[in-house]
Amino acid sequence: MTLTTTIVIVVYIGVLAFLGYLGYIKTKNTQDYYLAGRKANPIIMALSYGSTFISTSAIVGFGGTAGVFGFSLLWLTFLNIFLGIFIAFVFFGKRTRRIGLNTQSHTFAELLGKRYDSKLIRKFVAVVIFLFMPIYAAAVMIGGAKFLEAGFQNLDYNTALFIFAAIVAAYVFFGGMKTVMYSDALQGTLMLVGMSILLVFVYAKLGGVTTAHQKLTDLFNSAATREAVAAQTEKFRAGGFQGWTSMPVFLSANWLTVVTSIVLGVGIGVLAQPQLAVRFMTVKSDREINRAVPTGGFFILMMTGVAFTVGALTNVFFFEKYGQISAVYAGGADSVIPKFIESFLPGWFFPIFLIALLSAGMSTMSSQFHTIGTAIGRDLLGKDDMDQKKAMLITRIGMIIAIVYTIILAYALPKIWSDSIAISTGLFMGLCAAAFLPMYVGALYLKKLTKTAAVSGMIAGFSTSLLWMMFIHTKESTAMKICKLLFGKVSLAETSKYTQFVDPIIIALSISIIVTIVVQLIVSKKKQLPKEHIDKCFEGVK
Amino acid sequence: MLGMGDAQILAVYILCILSSLLCIVYGILKWNKGEDASPQEIAKEIDWEKKELEIDDLD
Repeated sequence: MTLTTTIVIVVYIGVLAFLGYLGYIKTKNTQDYYLAGRKANPIIMALSYGSTFISTSAIVGFGGTAGVFGFSLLWLTFLNIFLGIFIAFVFFGKRTRRIGLNTQSHTFAELLGKRYDSKLIRKFVAVVIFLFMPIYAAAVMIGGAKFLEAGFQNLDYNTALFIFAAIVAAYVFFGGMKTVMYSDALQGTLMLVGMSILLVFVYAKLGGVTTAHQKLTDLFNSAATREAVAAQTEKFRAGGFQGWTSMPVFLSANWLTVVTSIVLGVGIGVLAQPQLAVRFMTVKSDREINRAVPTGGFFILMMTGVAFTVGALTNVFFFEKYGQISAVYAGGADSVIPKFIESFLPGWFFPIFLIALLSAGMSTMSSQFHTIGTAIGRDLLGKDDMDQKKAMLITRIGMIIAIVYTIILAYALPKIWSDSIAISTGLFMGLCAAAFLPMYVGALYLKKLTKTAAVSGMIAGFSTSLLWMMFIHTKESTAMKICKLLFGKVSLAETSKYTQFVDPIIIALSISIIVTIVVQLIVSKKKQLPKEHIDKCFEGVK
Repeated sequence: MLGMGDAQILAVYILCILSSLLCIVYGILKWNKGEDASPQEIAKEIDWEKKELEIDDLD
């Protein structure tokens, strides 16, 4: 650890402490603590949304995965921008804000529960958040701690994990949503700086955009390198790999993994993330949401777009210097980006990139802690008419429970699952999309959707997603070991050519939608919510 | 074109940039559109804040 890096880290923590204090003194009531007083600046909201969306694992984990699969991951960047920002803000954001205000909802679970006038929905959503979001938060924590450990030779993994969690916990606990959003905006800006430098450096070193891409194309195709690369990608080519600047063979194992698990799994999953949906309720009008769209779109392009582009291009750097492709030289996808930074970037860039990655992890984790804490404190233990001091106290107790639970998981998961970051992230994203997305769309757009149909779809999506992970999708079923224990094999579909590679989100979301529609058609019209309730929820919605 | 290995990858590379531009153009065109918080909305919020304070005034 150099003196420069130490100074940068200390200044960074000092600024976070100041923002924590600023949020603390500006938090006067529960609305401030839960939703930043519903008066957030649109640029801050967009940066907060983006930096919550993008974690360390999105840059390091998925960037490394792009080192393996190549530019095909850019389909995820496209979905992240088009679905995750444009559609989410324009078609989900405005109605979420308005219905949230009409029902005086402070959390995602409360919004859905009050919209359908259902305590079951509110409690179920809160329980899913409480039980499963810490698994996702633990994945983010593990990613951050691993990078801290790699950056500081004298720091062991367990200490890094504790320090990382303690800093985030402290400022979220005291400052609530105001501090979360202030710190997210700072962290988002630092991430933009780090990724911009990385993009310019990589393209400049490789001779410009077209030359860089051509070098990567030639690595797989040209006579000079074809043999050496073919030997290193032999197993991978059997799965449909055709080079880093081409899509895998249609319906091959690689194609199914890229398209269903990575592109659709994460690309669709983001629409029903509770910690992101709640951001729309932090601004005071639709105009703020319109103003947040450009920042959000540009931010995501500079995060995932740069991470995936650079991740794929690292193959040229590693092959030219060491005669090995990225994943082979680094010893796995997760190590590609850290090894690349260490081997090819100038020394002065390390503290900048370290701060950018810590920011990515901290901004995601702070929102996760806040969301889990409010799910426990407001939706599970609290009451809507409770006095504000007591409500905030219970939420803070909920947050402590969430933080302790997450830290325990972060210590335990790497011992149970070898690929814990990717599995944990996919698990939560998949569950949220399957259980919440049809119900969430219905809440915003379908006035006649009954409570029965919404609940049926939610339970069908949730249980299908969980069962598919435990017994069919090899990536999770191998790690969970339940199928092996009960049936003596890692997946019930292990002999199938396609099924074992199809991501749970594709199956579970489809079933959730079908069940919602079928139940809606079966149940009596008398089961529709009262007109007065619907009018109240949709007041002012165009 | 652009040194890419197949048309699909070239298309998605361009789509990423275009979708980001779509967000920027949308934001510019709608910068002053989208109603501000209406007087009724502000009144509603003040009502809720009053209600919360009344509950506190448990003291």
